Amino acid sequence: MKDKACIVGVGATGFCRGEGSGKSLHGLQLEAALAALADAGLRAGEVDGIMPFPNLGTAEGFAASLGCENLRFATTVNMGGAAPVASLGVAAAAVSSGLADYVLMPAGWNGYSGSRAGAIVQEMTASIPGGAIARDFYLPHGLVAPPQWYALIARRHMHEYGTTAEQLGAVALAMRKHAQLNPAAVMHGKSMTMEQYLASPMITDPYRLFDCCLETDGAAAFVVTSAERARDLARTPVYISGVASAQPYPADEITGREDIFRTGLTVAAPRAFEMAGVKPADADFAQVYDCFTFEVVQQLEEAGFCARGEGGAFVQEGRIELGGELPVNTHGGLLSEAHVLGMGHVVEAVRQLRGEAAGRQVADASLGVVTGWGDFGDGSIAVLRN
Amino acid sequence: MTDAGKKKAVGLPLPLMQGLHGEFYGHCAAGRLSFQRCSDCGRWRHVPREICPACSSWNWSWEQSSGRGTVYTYTIAERPMHPAFAERCPYAVVVVEMEEGVRLLSRVVDCPPSELEIGAAVKVDFEDVGSTAAGKVLLPVFRRG
Repeated sequence: MKDKACIVGVGATGFCRGEGSGKSLHGLQLEAALAALADAGLRAGEVDGIMPFPNLGTAEGFAASLGCENLRFATTVNMGGAAPVASLGVAAAAVSSGLADYVLMPAGWNGYSGSRAGAIVQEMTASIPGGAIARDFYLPHGLVAPPQWYALIARRHMHEYGTTAEQLGAVALAMRKHAQLNPAAVMHGKSMTMEQYLASPMITDPYRLFDCCLETDGAAAFVVTSAERARDLARTPVYISGVASAQPYPADEITGREDIFRTGLTVAAPRAFEMAGVKPADADFAQVYDCFTFEVVQQLEEAGFCARGEGGAFVQEGRIELGGELPVNTHGGLLSEAHVLGMGHVVEAVRQLRGEAAGRQVADASLGVVTGWGDFGDGSIAVLRN
Repeated sequence: MTDAGKKKAVGLPLPLMQGLHGEFYGHCAAGRLSFQRCSDCGRWRHVPREICPACSSWNWSWEQSSGRGTVYTYTIAERPMHPAFAERCPYAVVVVEMEEGVRLLSRVVDCPPSELEIGAAVKVDFEDVGSTAAGKVLLPVFRRG
């Protein structure tokens, strides 16, 4: 599948908090989809594949609203925040095997003005892999939400490897710094110091407020087609050189994992790099799903950018900032740009590889990595090149 | 909390006492912490599952745990993310590694969050948290020592 498919269009709405988007869930995603199609130079009628994020429901209603009259491929990847990057793999398989010509993935939500994290916690056990397990064994003890699930892993990492609060803070600061170069970022114009990070209120120890991603309204979309078809389009194609997704074991339960740090990415990353024929060190940048700061540290380790236990040192001293060894989340990520369910990382990777990232452009970027993280540690990764 | 203008009190989320999960809690209600143990390969398992994930055997029995374990990891919830736990904040949720090798999520009820330490020895106790149609629900919790 290497280089047989490419991303030929990306688009996004504005990102906001405050008064909210003023649009419905469908409306937001339609706006993003139209932007991605315009970017690709395609009409809605040419789209024959749609991969809706689980919150959109089935593809039919969306295809009808969009005016997509030739739908012949519709499927949804249920991996939470790992879904967009995993969907890149499914879309690439679909277009390179002839199941579809142009696959559109829209995703977004009113994550601020609609159902916010706190409000949906009570309903969420039905929508996570460990539904009945979480209901019967986690909720009764007060473990109710993602920051708490992952904080258990972060705490153990701090214990085993000496990872520090300042190292988690270095992740938050890097994302915030990058957001200062991204006018679309919700945290644009709001810089942050380590003192401010450390003074932010504790949410679920060891996670402080600034370890946690933003809650925002917004949507984004991408279009994937085959390498042959991409030649007829106006845009510089971004090739999907390697892509893989995988589940942790067990995927439906966190606490009993023999190796609590082994996630889906642990399995997926070597496969994606092997498919692409490159090594982690070859990447010019990485867009790493940053639901919380430690998840960046953990994914850098499990993807092979550094050894397990060395992630804390890897993120320090500007090493993951623009100009450093491996710029991470050059758009500001979920922590400082917006929470668009992992789509923002794909959009930014494409913009970097097209040389369209303006003031935050990584010089001569030709190979980039983007990851997704969802549910109890589902992982996905794509190696992209221009 | 009964005033119309105030938020409705929310009860603690209780396990649905169904299937194997219900059997686990049935043992707890009788004052026993029991886990499934494979009759063929001898592996203990938690959470309950139909077959042995290690050897695929359907043969197993409930066996009582020693009740002793150590703190494997924990988080201290300072902000309520569920209304039922709002008044309990800050509280620690703890993963306990049992002598039998299984881990389970619980709380250490006689230890302030600030004194929790990974590796600390704990012993099981049970906490009555209410009833469902299937009977009383006792959660396995832990105490130091």
